Amino acid sequence: MKYALFLGCTIPVRAQNYEMSAREVAKKLGINFVDIPEFSCCGFPIKSSNAESSLIIAARNIAIAAKKGEKICTLCNACTSVLTEANKELSENKEIREKVNEELGKIGLEFKPDVEIKHFSRILYEDIGIDRISKKIKKDLSKLSISVHYGCHYLRPSELYDCFDDAENPSSVENLVAVTGAAVVDYKNKLECCGGAILGVEEDIALSMAKQKLDNVTANNVDALVTICPFCSIMYEDNQRKIENKFNVEYNLPVLYYPQVLGLALGIDQKKLGFRLNKVKAKAVLEKAGVEI
Amino acid sequence: MIDSKDLDPNFKYEVAAEMGGQNITRCFACGTCTAGCPVREIDDKYNPRKIIRMVILGMREKVLKSDFIWLCSTCYTCYDRCPQGVQLTAIMTALKNIAAREGYIHPSFREQARLVKNFGRLYEVEDFDNKKREKLGLPPVQKNFDDLTKILDDTLPKEVLK
Repeated sequence: MKYALFLGCTIPVRAQNYEMSAREVAKKLGINFVDIPEFSCCGFPIKSSNAESSLIIAARNIAIAAKKGEKICTLCNACTSVLTEANKELSENKEIREKVNEELGKIGLEFKPDVEIKHFSRILYEDIGIDRISKKIKKDLSKLSISVHYGCHYLRPSELYDCFDDAENPSSVENLVAVTGAAVVDYKNKLECCGGAILGVEEDIALSMAKQKLDNVTANNVDALVTICPFCSIMYEDNQRKIENKFNVEYNLPVLYYPQVLGLALGIDQKKLGFRLNKVKAKAVLEKAGVEI
Repeated sequence: MIDSKDLDPNFKYEVAAEMGGQNITRCFACGTCTAGCPVREIDDKYNPRKIIRMVILGMREKVLKSDFIWLCSTCYTCYDRCPQGVQLTAIMTALKNIAAREGYIHPSFREQARLVKNFGRLYEVEDFDNKKREKLGLPPVQKNFDDLTKILDDTLPKEVLK
């Protein structure tokens, strides 16, 4: 199984632990990642300014992958939705495709329909599958209890994702956590947005949105919150201290990327999974799981 | 108070002609969007049903100059649940795009556009970053994207980059 790994903006400079753990997990499960240096921003941050420019940027990335004959694996939820949406729109709508290709032609590229684009978690769930993963589990994480935040663009708009999961009642990432042996703990308002997209517009609202999630997750005394998107993690992990100070609360909730958790269960050295880079220290989680620190 | 002489009855058609805006006139104001909106839950100055209503009424200036159109967190909850398929998230994008062309872009999005145009990403990758990546066993990432800069120079409205 081979995919071009699409990193986007945030992961290569702010979420290297996500990237490291995804690469390690992929290696263990027989997914071959190809790096394409020409991949840029997906186009999401431009959409509010100009949807057409955003579409062309997305198309540029897809066309680069197609030219090299690669499928795309994303790690960020926003990248997933913007690239998938562009892929669908341009594959189905000839008029827009021709317009976009006129721009792409100026830089020597052409969009061709139907390149496969999938989030890494979806690949693990659909293409590797829970059964195959369960056969590779080396370390039982049953001492841990974990809650999952899916993140909006992993599930919605659901019309983009062929109903691989139920957008109103999802289970795919929770099943992926459960296969490690960890107890999956449900919580109030699981589908609520992290607020990341409006952090720069009104910080107070965005942080209040993230606070609700942290309140609801910590109400159950779980060991960690698992995310699959760097934007969401910035809200819950990088901004956790800020939220604690602003609202005079204390969470100390480790926020882990899913491949970090799966990586532990697959027996990968925690150093290779980038735990050192987690801003809310996960030492207690590792100790509880019986992992060598 | 709303004065009818300040209204632009064509505004809804202007929005409908924008990419993603085509279904605006389907709205029958049920409020499913507002009921499930996570931003509205925190602050009622963002109210998707009200925004759609204002557009349909033709309150062009008020909508385009507002702070609230920039507050959609693009969670797509309303988009998925709307019984009329209004595609609200795409309509918010359409409104922001028109506002941006008219010079009302929120500074945060202006800055994001500038960064992506100049560096190909939201963050400028410096040598330091690639050195750190090397130490972590990760491949270096590209720092400049001249082709992408050209695309954005050619296609972004001038008002966005002012």
